[in-house]
Amino acid sequence: MGKIQLTKVRKSFGEVDVIPGIDLTIEDGEFVVFVGPSGCGKSTLLRLIAGLEDTTSGVIDIDGKDATNLPPAKRGLAMVFQSYALYPHMTVRKNIQFPLKMAGMDPAEQTRRVEKAASVLNLTNYLDRRPGQLSGGQRQRVAIGRAIVREPAAFLFDEPLSNLDAALRVGMRQEISELHQTLKTTMVYVTHDQVEAMTMADKIVVLNAGRIEQVGSPLTLYHEPRNKFVAGFIGSPRMNFIDGAEAAKHNAHTIGIRPEHITVGDGPWEGVVGLSEHLGSDSFIKVDVPGLGTLNVRGPGELGVHHGDRVKLAPAGKIHRFDAEGLAL
Amino acid sequence: MARAQSPRRILITTIAAWTVALIIFFPVLWMILTSFKTEASAVASPPELLGASWTFENYVEVWARSDYPRFFWNSVVIAVGSTLLGLAIAIPSAWAMAFVPGKRTKDLLMWMLSTKMMPAVAVMVPIYLLFLQLGLLDTRIGLVLVLMLMNLPIIIWMLYTYFKEIPGEILEAARMDGASLWNEIVYVLTPMAIPGIASTMLLNIILAWNEAFWTIVLTTTKAAPLSAFIASFSAPQGLFYAKLSAASAMAILPILILGWFSQKQLVRGLTFGAVK
Repeated sequence: MGKIQLTKVRKSFGEVDVIPGIDLTIEDGEFVVFVGPSGCGKSTLLRLIAGLEDTTSGVIDIDGKDATNLPPAKRGLAMVFQSYALYPHMTVRKNIQFPLKMAGMDPAEQTRRVEKAASVLNLTNYLDRRPGQLSGGQRQRVAIGRAIVREPAAFLFDEPLSNLDAALRVGMRQEISELHQTLKTTMVYVTHDQVEAMTMADKIVVLNAGRIEQVGSPLTLYHEPRNKFVAGFIGSPRMNFIDGAEAAKHNAHTIGIRPEHITVGDGPWEGVVGLSEHLGSDSFIKVDVPGLGTLNVRGPGELGVHHGDRVKLAPAGKIHRFDAEGLAL
Repeated sequence: MARAQSPRRILITTIAAWTVALIIFFPVLWMILTSFKTEASAVASPPELLGASWTFENYVEVWARSDYPRFFWNSVVIAVGSTLLGLAIAIPSAWAMAFVPGKRTKDLLMWMLSTKMMPAVAVMVPIYLLFLQLGLLDTRIGLVLVLMLMNLPIIIWMLYTYFKEIPGEILEAARMDGASLWNEIVYVLTPMAIPGIASTMLLNIILAWNEAFWTIVLTTTKAAPLSAFIASFSAPQGLFYAKLSAASAMAILPILILGWFSQKQLVRGLTFGAVK
């Protein structure tokens, strides 16, 4: 069981309110991703759940029990850190075994669990090496191994992939998702990368300045963002925002159109192509449209448009409408 | 960044380095040379670099006239004892200051260091009286205590610097893994800080071994270490330079050997944190 419930959780460092008050429920077995720009309080929130930071006020329940004042070890959670945080003086075996040793588990059972975790994570051949002799991906797997042997109520991941190179990151992302499918344990994952959030999460929590902007499934956030912040944060390239007369036509203060919801060819808007990027599968172009500003457009790979071309654009999909406060209409 | 080194530059720096090294080492060299001279040639004027005839007489006589093993054993007990006791106190203190600093931690560190700026003689009388009343005069435990207290600021400062180099996330990982504070210090922090702890230990053994002020003031015979042993050779009968030199050489030899074998560790420890 790994249900985590936060009630009016607040955290301030001195005068600064990093988290002014959050209510959130993470269901048992869910893969929840905290996403937001740097400094939005997502890591702090994770550390509050872990017990590595004390709450200023509010209640954290884990499995229905008040864990607000429990030390990290007593919460039954395991954490994977951005820097891996492996013990450099211990072998891989000792690293993975450490939490079991701390729990005073029977040595035979310790060995059995370490070997099982190592085989799940393809680390069997590296058990007698030290972290210094491993690659980044292998180190990350050891950190995950150290987390899974304890069979925790929930896993906490603090930007675990940001030290890996792009190719490895995709691989590890899939491995973590597969691990979640196998273990069916609650996972709370912090990232600033919205692609990671979209691909891995059952539920995304978008944070901004210590506040929850929206909670929902990846597609809910994509299709029905509650405000301009979420609309702009989820989706790549970023959603286009248009104010003024064009927005007034739709009875809104601002309208938002995703780059993939604009077609190139014929249409009411005309402009000059600034930057054009051709990825083969997709083309990303930036078009300067007088009166509307620069629009991001995502087109098919064979879109034969280049820098300096004049093009006509048309909205072809959902137009998101926002009021003056940035809330969705 | 690699810099091109011209042969002339190498020659000049080599000569400069050797000159400085010889100036620093000269008193020790002179002492060793004198210890092999006769008393007459030791006080000859003008001084003789090498005596007319070499002799082991001084060493034989110093050994015969005094109980060297006892002084040696006292030195070992006092130097090692005060260092180990100091480490036992300093490791938790440095842990607290490095990982859970308070508002006044920096001030506390500075204050501790400032006690080192006080001349020892300023507290000589109170400490002597205290030792007298507590019956600690001329006891090894008394010297262990006073030398530990003297060097404690240095031990804490050195360990604090090493501990600051250890990433906090590793200790947090240990906490998540269920380690108690004690386990965190024993299984994670201490093994990771071993190079730092080892060099702190070596430096403090050397400092304690060479300490002369308190050992001479607070001991007479029973607990007197080698530094007091040297002093006992500047006797009222007059100065016997050759014997005094022989006694000094015998007193510094053990620590010189220790220093020689551990110089790599010492240098690494002292520059720890400077280069990453």
